[in-house]
Amino acid sequence: MIAPQPLAVTVNGSPVRRFVEPRLSLADFLRGDLGLTGTHLGCESGACGACIVNLDGQPVHACLMLAVQVDGMRVDTIEGLSDAGVLADLQAAFHARNALQCGFCSPGILVVAHDCLASWDASGTVPSREAIRDALSGNYCRCTGYEAIVDAIESTARARRNRGVAA
Amino acid sequence: MKARAFDYRRVASVAEALDAYAACSGEARYLAGGQSLLPALNLRLDAPDLLIDIGRIEALRGIAIDGESLRIGALTRHAETLASPLIGAHAPILTQAAAYMAHPAIRNLGTMGGSLSLADPASELPACMRALGATLEITGPDGVRAVAADDFFRDLYETALVPGELLTAVRVPLAAPGSRMHFSEIARRRGDYAMVGLAANLVLADGIVTSARFGFCSVGPTPMRAPATEAMLTGRPLDPDAIAAARAALAEDLSPDDDDSLSGAARMHLARVLLGRVLATLGDGRVEAVAA
Ligand SMILES: Cc1cc2nc3c(=O)[nH]c(=O)nc-3n(C[C@H](O)[C@H](O)[C@H](O)COP(=O)(O)OP(=O)(O)OC[C@H]3O[C@@H](n4cnc5c(N)ncnc54)[C@H](O)[C@@H]3O)c2cc1C
Ligand code: FES
Ligand code: FES
Repeated sequence: MIAPQPLAVTVNGSPVRRFVEPRLSLADFLRGDLGLTGTHLGCESGACGACIVNLDGQPVHACLMLAVQVDGMRVDTIEGLSDAGVLADLQAAFHARNALQCGFCSPGILVVAHDCLASWDASGTVPSREAIRDALSGNYCRCTGYEAIVDAIESTARARRNRGVAA
Repeated sequence: MKARAFDYRRVASVAEALDAYAACSGEARYLAGGQSLLPALNLRLDAPDLLIDIGRIEALRGIAIDGESLRIGALTRHAETLASPLIGAHAPILTQAAAYMAHPAIRNLGTMGGSLSLADPASELPACMRALGATLEITGPDGVRAVAADDFFRDLYETALVPGELLTAVRVPLAAPGSRMHFSEIARRRGDYAMVGLAANLVLADGIVTSARFGFCSVGPTPMRAPATEAMLTGRPLDPDAIAAARAALAEDLSPDDDDSLSGAARMHLARVLLGRVLATLGDGRVEAVAA
């Protein structure tokens, strides 16, 4: 008999306590136990990037992490980041540039882009399209919206720079 | 797919990890970054009874100069390797190689110890360790032992680790004066495993190569040295003639097999192309000496 294990984690700012089976992935925990279905599951092997969430502020694949492993840590999903408003300009740019088609890849891409924009903002640079593509190299878009996605991220970086976010 | 059920235990020390392994009556696996183990579990390529989570063992962290070597803890994440000024200063091929490893989110969790223990011949870090002449520090029930990278990688996914032993750290000798290093690879897509990769570590004195060590990825069952090529370069200036001779000598060192993705001949061709590129980069003054 494998006993469920206690788990205490902060998800989107709220403390959560549960007992979970060791084999339960963080992605399945978020979706199944907490109903946070914005974290998508494509490949469950680290290849597609649809499941990326922030763990203690850094992007990781929720399919390659056990729920029990994140005990004591902080997880922020697309729902939490959206509600906090930190993605609002990026989301508006995705909408304006037609970077959302079926939307399956969008949560993972937004989490990754948000992380990169933070470091680009901090350094005061507008990333090259090459750098944006490199940052997204672990995210598949089955609708192949890549040009539009790169456009949206580039325009957000430029707009933030013009507004002086870095300053 | 989902992983088969397993038990899980988080440990806080190396001793506790070894004990947990010894106490397991079925199959146990250590869990570090999980970036190779969890895909294997999810695909049901592996189905152990117990995972021993070593991810929070403080003693396995840290990057520091210790005597004549740079000591890198087994839990050093690829993202930390990429960002570490100490690694950048003393072992720049590790920094360069980390940029080729997978994607940013995977680099945030994957560890040096996990990559070396797995010993995938396509991965970048094992090849770098052979080029650097690194020593791997292994801890088991009987204490700590040191194994040279040249002796660590035994065969496909097979290392000198005895089941239950932990890789605790890597020691990279501080670069000799005149060392020049470069890592490069040829891959189909950014972040994919290399079709061929090369870590090169040369020492030049007054323009003459006094030592050459290469570690190739994806051209054999282990990360491969190239002894004939290394000997061919040693004792001569790194000029176009020497580079041509080295490229010719590579045939004595490598004979990659055909596989589903590439013929052995194509892989050999790419290895030669890459060797030429890396040596040209090192020879034309673009790469500064690691230690003056
Ligand atoms: C989509 C994808 C792409 C990738 N691309 C690349 C790539 O281009 N290049 C590359 O090199 N890697 C790549 N990887 C693998 C990744 O770099 C892994 O992080 C790495 O190979 C394993 O490190 P880990 O810490 O995650 O180990 P884990 O997955 O936790 O463990 C791997 C194995 O090593 C054992 N182990 C771990 N740590 C120790 C230790 N200290 N002592 C003894 N045994 C130990 C485990 O028991 C297990 O058998 C990729 C992975 C994915 C999912
Ligand atoms: S579901 Fe996690 S990377 Fe595809
Ligand atoms: S928008 Fe459909 S997968 Fe990217």
